[in-house]
Amino acid sequence: MNTAPRPSPARYTVTAIALHWLTAALIVASIGLGLYMVGLKLSPLKLRLYSWHKWVGVTIFLLIAARLIWRAAHSPPPPPATSPKWQQGAAAVNHWLLYMLLVCIPISGWLMSSAYGVPVVYLGVIRLPDLVRKNKELADALKTLHETLAFTMLALVAVHAVAALKHHLLDRDDVLHRMLPLVRPRQGRGQ
Amino acid sequence: MTRLDHRFLLCTALAAFLAPEAGGAYAQRLMAVDLDKSTITFVSKQMSVPVEGKFGKFSVQLDFDAAKPSEGRVRVELDLASIDTGSDEANDEVKGKGWFDVKNHPAARFVSSAVKSVGASRYEVAGKLTIKGRTKDVVAPFTVKPVGQGAVFDGAFALKRLDYGIGEGVWSDTDTVADEVQVKFRISATGGTPKK
Repeated sequence: MNTAPRPSPARYTVTAIALHWLTAALIVASIGLGLYMVGLKLSPLKLRLYSWHKWVGVTIFLLIAARLIWRAAHSPPPPPATSPKWQQGAAAVNHWLLYMLLVCIPISGWLMSSAYGVPVVYLGVIRLPDLVRKNKELADALKTLHETLAFTMLALVAVHAVAALKHHLLDRDDVLHRMLPLVRPRQGRGQ
Repeated sequence: MTRLDHRFLLCTALAAFLAPEAGGAYAQRLMAVDLDKSTITFVSKQMSVPVEGKFGKFSVQLDFDAAKPSEGRVRVELDLASIDTGSDEANDEVKGKGWFDVKNHPAARFVSSAVKSVGASRYEVAGKLTIKGRTKDVVAPFTVKPVGQGAVFDGAFALKRLDYGIGEGVWSDTDTVADEVQVKFRISATGGTPKK
């Protein structure tokens, strides 16, 4: 039995990797749906896309909740020691801001929907409670908040992705690899 | 006491006897509708999401006596252009040809043909509902509860929108907007003569 302290993991767990990429795909889907649907004239398609957008949003919220619970029990691999301290700090801040936004954006959308008088029915089956009453002014304010948070998140996602590519292509370290499914760490690195 | 007073007392006593569950303030013939305290709302399902709407303008002619429910009559006329679906975009859409076509059919109408008692303070009204030039039979259960000097009629029924051609063309897809629409009414009335 090994009683020594557990060494820092070199890679993210399979669960963390799965949650990361599933969330990433759903963020792309929800942003795409969101940007497209708001410009549509009222039609059955528009109603369908709005519902799908809400379902994706609720799913992202659930995945983030699962991610946070998982993360509390499984520490992620440490940042590469070769990175400057400010970059390590910036990466951590960006991660936590993304978690926060991915919790707040679905909630703001849910409240907005209630305020517009349209309850959210997840997957057309589970009706979420309306935490606010129908109120046009509140709904419009929540819409602005929802959009602002979403665009902020998009900017932070861009920073997150560019930083991952910089580690991979310029620093040639293990940062991207350890979050990729089905690949081994680069030889001689990340130990 | 005049003879008229005696007859009035007798009638009141008789009414109270014949309709013991009625009692209270509404043991009288209700004819004056208070539109400010009356609502006609509906709930449609869009992608399984219940969305409530209402009509801002309507008129109700009512004659109901709990002692003689079977002689009750009601006629409701709805100004379809006064619809509020909850969003401006949908309000514009549903006034169009594929939905209510309010230009050619500005009003919907319900005219009762029979009212019957189905339990304590519970009744059922049958009648003809005309929307967009199409007429169908409708039966709506309702309750009558005494409130203040009068009474409140509360009832609901379901209609199938496609029976009336509401939401044709692309909108006839009932996976998006369900065929069934719940209509709820709350009519406040007092005794006396109908208000204009």
